[in-house]
Amino acid sequence: MPHQANAGSVGESADVTPLVQLVTPTGERVHEPDNAGDRPGYAARVAHLGADDLRAMYRDMVLTRRFDDEATALQRHGELALYAQSTGQEAAQVGPAHALAPQDMVFPSYREHGILHVRGVDPVDRLRLYRGQDHGGWDPAEHNVSLYTLVIGSHVLHATGYAMGVQRDGAVGTGDPARDTAVVACFGDGATSQGDVSEALVFAAVNDAPVVFWCQNNQWAISEPTTRQSSAPLYRRGEGFGVPGVRVDGNDVLACYAVMAEALERAHAGHGPTFVEAYTYRMGAHTTSDDPTRYRERAEEEYWRRRDPIERLAALLRAEGHWDEQWAADLAAEADALGESLRAGVRALGAPETTSMFDHVYATPHAQVTAEREWFETYESETGDAAEVAR
Amino acid sequence: MSTETMPLAKAITAGLRAALDADDTVLLMGEDIGRLGGVFRVTDGLQKDFGEHRVVDTPLAESGIVGTAIGLAMRGYRPVCEIQFDGFVFPAYDQITTQLAKLHNRSGGRIQVPVVIRIPYGGGIGAVEHHSESPEALFAHTAGLRVVSPATPQDAYDMMRAAIASPDPVIFLEPKGRYWSKGEVDLEAPVPTIAADAGTPDPLGTARVARAGTDVTLVAYGPTVATALSAAEALAEEGTSAEVVDLRSVSPLDVPTVADSVRRTGRCVVVHEAPSFLGAGAELAARLAEECFYHLEAPVLRVGGFHAPYPVAKLEHEYLPSVDRVLDAVDRAMSH
Repeated sequence: MPHQANAGSVGESADVTPLVQLVTPTGERVHEPDNAGDRPGYAARVAHLGADDLRAMYRDMVLTRRFDDEATALQRHGELALYAQSTGQEAAQVGPAHALAPQDMVFPSYREHGILHVRGVDPVDRLRLYRGQDHGGWDPAEHNVSLYTLVIGSHVLHATGYAMGVQRDGAVGTGDPARDTAVVACFGDGATSQGDVSEALVFAAVNDAPVVFWCQNNQWAISEPTTRQSSAPLYRRGEGFGVPGVRVDGNDVLACYAVMAEALERAHAGHGPTFVEAYTYRMGAHTTSDDPTRYRERAEEEYWRRRDPIERLAALLRAEGHWDEQWAADLAAEADALGESLRAGVRALGAPETTSMFDHVYATPHAQVTAEREWFETYESETGDAAEVAR
Repeated sequence: MSTETMPLAKAITAGLRAALDADDTVLLMGEDIGRLGGVFRVTDGLQKDFGEHRVVDTPLAESGIVGTAIGLAMRGYRPVCEIQFDGFVFPAYDQITTQLAKLHNRSGGRIQVPVVIRIPYGGGIGAVEHHSESPEALFAHTAGLRVVSPATPQDAYDMMRAAIASPDPVIFLEPKGRYWSKGEVDLEAPVPTIAADAGTPDPLGTARVARAGTDVTLVAYGPTVATALSAAEALAEEGTSAEVVDLRSVSPLDVPTVADSVRRTGRCVVVHEAPSFLGAGAELAARLAEECFYHLEAPVLRVGGFHAPYPVAKLEHEYLPSVDRVLDAVDRAMSH
């Protein structure tokens, strides 16, 4: 079992479970020993991160938040059919993403916008699904990020199978940092109730598969609190399967980085899977169709607003003398430019071709699809004007 | 040409062995398929020859088998999953229909998931509940899946290799009641591959005329092909010439081959073990009404399972389409 570092209370609803925290909500470093038994301590895993690294994380968190705000506004303006916000979870996404090796593969759920940002997935492509223009939107092989998966928990099995493929390719335990490959499955507290997540833990454990189960416990599965999903802390979910677990302060980007770095190290070395519970909070609604005022208290939201992960890193940067007003102003301008290009890019996305619904149903010709496409094309060409008006 | 006489189950084994030999990315996964060789011994000896990493005894979790197979396919492997019995596929139904069938489409063609799901299916073996079902319509209704079932050892050998070579996922339904029916198999037959051109015959989607005839067309696939052939034999003795079409595939459905036959005979009886209600026979009846309306001398009739849970073993021979029920349907068709 990875050790649990400093204990700290992360919320009124939090239990007394210890969690890994390296920066307090007010931006002070948590001091802990450099070594935990025969392994480096978590603080030691971030000791090499300098001002530029911390600023890069801060930048990624700010741009992720801005992306979130802009996408929400685009939905309100009717440019997106739906949007699922990541506000409040930036540390739990940017932190682990910074710890990844380029060849590591991520299987996201559907609000890992911070991870996609760090991996370089084009911001407009990230919104094709939510615009109703594409069921996917990017090339998984280009960024080593699989597609968003809307059936909760399904992709956790895909991540595990992918990791079993990595093992068969001999890409674990070689000691070559450019070759050893880990797979990250991102999912939430609600997903832990799905059988597929439990089956994934079984398959990963008995195969020693190089998977990191990265569970962002944002405390709400639409309207259901985590207490409706589990009567035991989620970080312990892996224990019975033989998968060690750790709970990390999900609003502490450095702690998230350190815990992911340790889990990746285990996976890369061929020592098997780790279950991480990143304890955070969904500051926004589940999606733009949701209304949290029906099921949770304003006071709780306010409590967590005061523990904003971006503010915490800003406080650390200030405390350690890395804050620079010109740099901050440049970042604000960069965020404005991101918003502007996102608005323009989303609006410029045309409608898909009507016949594209028949594309890629199969990789090889299928008589039914071929016949229906031909019928539809004839129908459209004969009634083209009417169809155009109807659209 | 080197042909051997072997039962259908062993022809599948030979197909799996040939694919494992030809392509290192082919893996077999399933419950008890390793040392035991599967409960029907279809994978007998394969783990010994290809190792535990290519013939994998999995945990007892069907969704896990198919879900991890999808991940392996995304990493470049070609997994062939064995589901132990038809009635046990449902824990994996979500992964098959929401993920396996849709990933190629969801990714705009960027991801291929060449996964084969082998399912011993159908009844007649005196089994307990959940061991005798025919769920093909449930899969054929889902775009993105191919759904096939061989009726002869040669087809079993050829179609298994074609399924493993297919870039699309294939539900491979093995007629377990016919596992021990023997036939000649040419083990050196080339691997049939699916052409990119829609005009080329599809080796996994083309029906075959199993017996030529002129008075009535009997359509069957998998386990009921033998039933239809027996019925045709009995009809010949009575002076009725029945043509038997073996569909081989439920998705895609080779309507042109069936329609060509029905235009000549004017009558059609579809025979399958799956319930008649909303089954492959219902689709064929609708399609034949659209495409051969003026050639039909009688309504298209169906002989299938009933809209009742698959019955206890002591009653299954009353439930399953028998030669007598096929003959009864042909009598009704001929009376028009």
